[in-house]
Amino acid sequence: MSYSRRDLLKKTLAGTIAASVPLSAFKFLSPAQVKASIGDANVRWAFVVDTQKCVGCGLCVKACKNENEVPYDAPVTRTWVERYVVTKDGKTHIDSPMGGRDGFTDGKIRDKEILPEDISKAFFVPKLCNHCETPACVQVCPVGATYQTKDGVVLVDRKWCIGCGYCIMACPYGVRFFHPVHKVAEKCTFCYHRITKGLESACVAACPFGARQLGNLKDHDDPVAKIIMNERVAVLKDEYGTKPQVFYIGLDTNVR
Amino acid sequence: MTEELVVHGLEWTTKQLFVYPNEFIYWSIQIVMYPYMTGLVAGAFVLSSLYHVFGQEDLKDMARFSLVFSLALLPVAMMPLMYHLQQPLRGINVMFTPHFTSAIAAFGIVFSTYALIVISEIWFVYRKYFVEQVAELKGKDDFGSRFMSVLYTILTLGAFDISDAAVAKDKKAVKILAAIGIPVACFLHGYAGFIFGSVKANALWMSPLMPVIFIMSAIVSGIALCMITYIAIMEWKKFKAILARGMGDQSVLHIRGVEMDVVKKASRYLLGFLVAAISLELLDLIFRGYTAMKSWDILREVMYEEDFVKIFILQYGLGNLLPFILLLLPKLDIKRTVVALLLILFGVFMMRWNVVIGGQAFSLSFAGFMHYHIPFWPHNLETYKEGVFGALTVAATPFAIFWVINKVVPSLRYD
Ligand code: SF4
Ligand code: SF4
Repeated sequence: MSYSRRDLLKKTLAGTIAASVPLSAFKFLSPAQVKASIGDANVRWAFVVDTQKCVGCGLCVKACKNENEVPYDAPVTRTWVERYVVTKDGKTHIDSPMGGRDGFTDGKIRDKEILPEDISKAFFVPKLCNHCETPACVQVCPVGATYQTKDGVVLVDRKWCIGCGYCIMACPYGVRFFHPVHKVAEKCTFCYHRITKGLESACVAACPFGARQLGNLKDHDDPVAKIIMNERVAVLKDEYGTKPQVFYIGLDTNVR
Repeated sequence: MTEELVVHGLEWTTKQLFVYPNEFIYWSIQIVMYPYMTGLVAGAFVLSSLYHVFGQEDLKDMARFSLVFSLALLPVAMMPLMYHLQQPLRGINVMFTPHFTSAIAAFGIVFSTYALIVISEIWFVYRKYFVEQVAELKGKDDFGSRFMSVLYTILTLGAFDISDAAVAKDKKAVKILAAIGIPVACFLHGYAGFIFGSVKANALWMSPLMPVIFIMSAIVSGIALCMITYIAIMEWKKFKAILARGMGDQSVLHIRGVEMDVVKKASRYLLGFLVAAISLELLDLIFRGYTAMKSWDILREVMYEEDFVKIFILQYGLGNLLPFILLLLPKLDIKRTVVALLLILFGVFMMRWNVVIGGQAFSLSFAGFMHYHIPFWPHNLETYKEGVFGALTVAATPFAIFWVINKVVPSLRYD
């Protein structure tokens, strides 16, 4: 069989395109998901956290650990929930034992009993990787093992990471850690393996109160994009210039 | 503890107040050793260049020695990194897919360039010696001599011309290489500083002064280490001479004279660099307090409360001020110099410690602290690598390498 150069180029191109559309793309997916699954730049995954809806049950943390095989009893986690209790004397008490995995049923914060009548307000703030627009972690990785996909998700290549920890140091949000089993940098991936197949991320699916949502920022009909465009949302630690893509409803100045 | 629960950092980190769940002391003792050893390499080289480039004749003996010593230190600058990596076998990936926005990636390139310069400079300095050795060993046929003869023949790289003209050319080459070497050595270490200084997430590290501070203290520690090793070797020679010929022998007095002379002169340079290093560090400290950014509250707490002893007593007091006074007081003698030098080495080590560990002492939440308890007795590979014994291995290696290299290129031949 002989090819002209032109033919070869055409066939290679067609083959590449075909190969980059996984089988899942032939299932019924929203256009955003199809685009995301082939790394389309018309998708920008973004996350909305409604702190007013979060009750600190920790179901999202549990679901995340199970979904992503982060050892259940290890004190590291891809996502966690912080409890904030502001007392009438103006002090803020914060904790997140085991990342809030088991919920917050204890009245004690780090062994200190706080009486209900002293509390002026209390709320919960779920945290996860912000999949920053200009991620500091990607910038510093010496081998390019941490990278950003076209649709904005920041991932770690477990086969290529040398385990230097530079990215852990560079992330202003402290979301990264070393995976206890794989011994490479680890963090939330927005459940990339799920969302590119049209599924919800594990934490979004697990939250009974709708405190977490994931959507496409570039699709103006997307409910998440609408919230970010039309409501008052804020991001964490804006001053580092990483342009986080996890947006919070009801953020408080006490939140770290 | 099950195997699955080996969480990196859990072993040696304790937390206080509110710290994010994933935060641990991830960069431990080996990352303290890394800039420390790199600094020694750079410092030793700069010291040797003082003679080669600026013709400081009085440092001739010391210069030759510190050049060879910087070669011995060279491979050791990489060692702590390899110890630290969670996937050491993949370390070489940095060379395959360098990611140029990363300071660590470019470090590999600067490091290799620097290594080439040092090796070629040494070759030019010792080429004549290699050729002479080949001639001298000719005809001897015990195994050792034959081996050395082959080795030296290879080392000459076929350049046997030792006419005055050729040797003059060698000298010129040394001068040029040493001159290029100074900025590269500074760059090498400035780069190590940049690795920290550019981490914007870390309030303590984030400073454009970090590279310069690192360079200055590197030179200080390099000079101090070379001086102390030089003294040790000279003392040993003196001791051997005394054993052979008795206390008051001419050769003993001569060795003593040379030793003191070199040491006095080197310590003058040392003092100069020490002043520069301390001024820069203080400038950084004052600037942070004066500008008092959002992070200052937590930084102040770390510096003036949590780490006060480590920073102000051990680093500045014991490691800088005291040796400064010791070296400045009149009638300097060897004993006092040795004490001062050891203190200086300790001070620079503490500076690295306070930067690396101190930088991780506060949580990114700015609401809590973390403390590092360095593992002493190792009970697995991780606690060896990131513990006292791992650090000691790294610290001892350059001396072993130096011993081997010195068999081939005798840096302290006394003639
Ligand atoms: S939050 Fe941290 S880990 Fe996630 S993308 Fe941003 S810098 Fe990287
Ligand atoms: S730990 Fe891995 S992903 Fe992180 S910077 Fe190092 S090589 Fe890159």
